[in-house]
Amino acid sequence: MKPETRNRLIAIGALLVAASALGWIAFGSIGENLVYYWKPGEMIAQGDKAYGATIRLGGIVVPGSVVWNAEHTSLTFDVADSHTPGAPKVKVASGMTPPQMFREGIGVVVEGTYSASGTFTTNRLMVNHSNEYRAPDGGMSGEWKDTVSQADTK
Amino acid sequence: MTPILPLVVLALVVAAIVGHVAVPAVRPWAWKAVGALGAAMLVSLWYFGLYWAPPEQFMSDVGRILYVHVPHVWMALLAFTLNVGCAVAYLMKKSWVTDALAESAAEVGVYFGAVGVMMGSIWARPTWGVWWDWDPRLISTTVMLLAYVGYLALRSFTEDPERRATWSAAAAILSYVSLPIVWFSVRWWNSLHQVQSNPSTVDKPMVAVLRWGAVTMLCFLFVFIVKRYEIARSRQTAAMELPPLEAPRAEVA
Repeated sequence: MKPETRNRLIAIGALLVAASALGWIAFGSIGENLVYYWKPGEMIAQGDKAYGATIRLGGIVVPGSVVWNAEHTSLTFDVADSHTPGAPKVKVASGMTPPQMFREGIGVVVEGTYSASGTFTTNRLMVNHSNEYRAPDGGMSGEWKDTVSQADTK
Repeated sequence: MTPILPLVVLALVVAAIVGHVAVPAVRPWAWKAVGALGAAMLVSLWYFGLYWAPPEQFMSDVGRILYVHVPHVWMALLAFTLNVGCAVAYLMKKSWVTDALAESAAEVGVYFGAVGVMMGSIWARPTWGVWWDWDPRLISTTVMLLAYVGYLALRSFTEDPERRATWSAAAAILSYVSLPIVWFSVRWWNSLHQVQSNPSTVDKPMVAVLRWGAVTMLCFLFVFIVKRYEIARSRQTAAMELPPLEAPRAEVA
């Protein structure tokens, strides 16, 4: 075999392997088997299997559900599948000070355990930022400098 | 972001790099001109990014790291794309030029990718609340960088230049699988990392500064790759010119 032919065969072989590996990951069942977090609805659907194991739960902090006790650094809130009212939700209890970005209506991912009592206990609370970047006043009026201090304390 | 824009940028950068490689007359000055432009743009990026652009409504000033974090990772993706292009070109038609360019693109890509990930980690601490978590985007990016570190290691472990060029080109094609996975990881799986932004989800001044940052980094990408290419070429020449080493002589007592 000429070296040129051999090199082209190597190229075709590598491209085929690469394409099939990518296809397998993109369209195969690996996509469903790799789960970074469960939404509340998905976790509840697991039934008894969800109890006791360390799992990640992700969703939206339900507005009006946040109870923060600074003295005892205890925080409870509800996490729902989505912003839709009536979406499945789970009560979460955290013993840590939340990140500054934490607020009602934001996405969170919490790592911890779910118990039969219906409360998800976590020591690792992560805030999920959306892909939106906005100035405090919409960014167009040029008066943002006055609102910087406001934004800082949020 | 429109899907066509990165491809146009890629074509422009590749044309510039190939032009620099192919036309010896521009070699002494073109990289200096682009480097000076990059330095000037970087200084103005500090002004635009740190002062001129508005703070983010929830992240405040922390959000300003957007203007360097995202361009760094973009540069890594561009460099790896150039790398795989050179690898395929080498296998189709042997050339020391494409081999050297593949090596420099991969090394520069690892640099931009690693810095981009570090910036991401610094950003994650105040926003997500953690330095790191094994979310699909972070895992796939780590795998991508490790694949290219492995590619570079493979190059330095292979002594015969032609074997090195051939087999590292195959490794480059396999490593490139990680790129679409990194790109789509935030859409295929639930992740902590947000999905790609586009001009409709980012306020206009921030989009402008982000693009300014991207062009700044493109200047540096160009300079790093063409200079690293020259090093790779002179190493190749040196490897060809040196006579084989003599066998070690027995020690005389």
